[in-house]
Amino acid sequence: MYQYSDFDRDFVQARVDQFRAQVARRIDGSLTEDEFKPLRLMNGLYLQLHAYMLRVAIPYGTLSSAQMRQLAMIAERWDKGYGHFTTRQNIQFNWPELGDVPDMLQALADVQMHAIQTSGNTIRNVTADHFAGAAADEVADPRPVAELLRQWSTDHAEFQFLPRKFKIAVTGAPSDRAVTAAHDIGIRILRGEDGEIGYRVLVGGGLGRTPVIGKVIREFVPGADLLPYLEAIVETYNLLGRRDNKYKARIKITVNETGLEAFRAKVDERFALTRARFTGIDQQILAAIKAQFPEPAYRRLETGPYEAALTTDPAFRAWTEVNLAAHRQADHAIVTVSLKAPGETPGDATAAQMRALADLAEAHAYGELRISHEQNVILPHVPKAALPGVFRALKEIGLATANVGLISDIIACPGMDYCALATARSIPIAQEIALRFEALKLEHDIGPLKIKISGCINACGHHHVGHIGILGLDRAGVENYQLTLGGDGTEEMTLGERTGPGFGAEAVVGAVETIVLAYLDKREGPEETFLQFYRRMGIAPFKQALYPDAPKRERFVAA
Amino acid sequence: MSKPFTPKVVTANSLLKGDAVWLTEDDGWSPDMHEAELIEDEAHADLRLLWAQSQPHLVVGAYLADAKAGPMGPEPTHFREAFRSRGPSNYPLGKQAGTPAVEA
Ligand code: SF4
Repeated sequence: MYQYSDFDRDFVQARVDQFRAQVARRIDGSLTEDEFKPLRLMNGLYLQLHAYMLRVAIPYGTLSSAQMRQLAMIAERWDKGYGHFTTRQNIQFNWPELGDVPDMLQALADVQMHAIQTSGNTIRNVTADHFAGAAADEVADPRPVAELLRQWSTDHAEFQFLPRKFKIAVTGAPSDRAVTAAHDIGIRILRGEDGEIGYRVLVGGGLGRTPVIGKVIREFVPGADLLPYLEAIVETYNLLGRRDNKYKARIKITVNETGLEAFRAKVDERFALTRARFTGIDQQILAAIKAQFPEPAYRRLETGPYEAALTTDPAFRAWTEVNLAAHRQADHAIVTVSLKAPGETPGDATAAQMRALADLAEAHAYGELRISHEQNVILPHVPKAALPGVFRALKEIGLATANVGLISDIIACPGMDYCALATARSIPIAQEIALRFEALKLEHDIGPLKIKISGCINACGHHHVGHIGILGLDRAGVENYQLTLGGDGTEEMTLGERTGPGFGAEAVVGAVETIVLAYLDKREGPEETFLQFYRRMGIAPFKQALYPDAPKRERFVAA
Repeated sequence: MSKPFTPKVVTANSLLKGDAVWLTEDDGWSPDMHEAELIEDEAHADLRLLWAQSQPHLVVGAYLADAKAGPMGPEPTHFREAFRSRGPSNYPLGKQAGTPAVEA
């Protein structure tokens, strides 16, 4: 894993010291809130409904055991004993007091972490495939490039006051697990005709109020050109992007209003300039970063105990069937630890769970952990021989839920239980859906089904790309939930289609059940997934099931 | 035509803790909505908000929120304010951990 250079260390430390002084000046009255607010946001500190919230970046979702333990310590010492992992590979602490935040940032800096640029109109935490460096289908590990982007974008003098926030995601595999097409810039690593590494660059993707699927601006950017090319995109956006209207300020709107061709031409013009500025130092830095992401020294263990447990322990077997993914080493597996036990808050982990996960990673996974945008924890490299032990240990801490990719593995943003921007709650809806389907005992019959819930139009819960998307709104002072169907967050990104009028909080779980039962009733067989069924049949059968009393004429016109 | 004035309370988040607080009649800030001053007059509401905004050493982001009279004191009329007076629904944390819950 990447280790901070002296430069990184000094920079992060300087920011902690600076913020400590800023907090002191806010508390003694020398700074007004108007002056202080942009400073705290630059350091990830929000003010939410019930308290401050500190958002800490987990760069490209990668954590060491030592870092995870420190997060647990922070949760216990300065928060309320838990943390919330988000869809942007951050962790949020929901209850810090203002005076403690400098100490929290110091504790983070002590383990090479920070909260810089987790807010504000800057380039945010660069996210990546959570299976990076382990997935069997990977072309190249996306993390060195993501780390290069972190260094480039951190405190980049020109990009601290962009028209709006700016999100970048990188995948190194053809299966896009990083939702790259929903980012301001999405990067897909691929091999060129001669086998050399390059990047397909997507631009102008994003969810939120106006969901847009990212468009390919360049099919293949050769390795050495990536940074100057990205700099050209962000410079172009910085000049063209609208500052007059917050809702039209994201690059997706800039690209749509300018037109992709014209935008591309402008980027190319700037690229001619930026390219001349990059003298190759970025490539030297990238090479040095790459050297810090070696493959683990894989332990070669007999897989016998694993195979034996598969036959003797049905619970273990069920867990392996859904929570494991193929590792590039045949005697290893990628373990997804579900933070979605039915009834629990999606993405939350207690300090004790964090510590136990850190210990497990140290004992069995070469000390590495990942956080996925789906709000789960990944042990990226586990020898198969260790899996039965890992499963037993997870059971002891309530984290052995076998539901990855299934209906209860729900993404839910904090919603109105915490978030000041929310228009409705998300968490209780997720909890109720998971409990309902647990009671129905249908989860495994239903098969792969992704439900994603946002508590407002900002779409942090990615509802547009959920197979079933749920958006919480405030309709005349009452929580109301709009449903979308058929969304897909993968490399074939599709935006979901609205079913029709929304449902009250008391009815929305029933509506989800109606949708799922309609699918089960009409599918060709268990091998036809919900998404395949939707693509074959469209939204009509679901509308019919959801709104049986709607006049037939209206029922079949698109919402 | 402007909407008729509905009763209000002045609310904000405390500077140090960040928790929800309400302006009381005697110019204090209470963590309990029941202790808030229920403001029935629009001009008075504006004055109270101005006063609240002159307290940056104590609170952040003061605003007027709709409220109604209840047996214990002012109560929220909107679910957002109900959550602020209570805490999150997923854990017994926030105000509900200490003070009695306020129903919407
Ligand atoms: S989607 Fe809305 S409610 Fe949910 S976290 Fe984002 S801003 Fe808050």
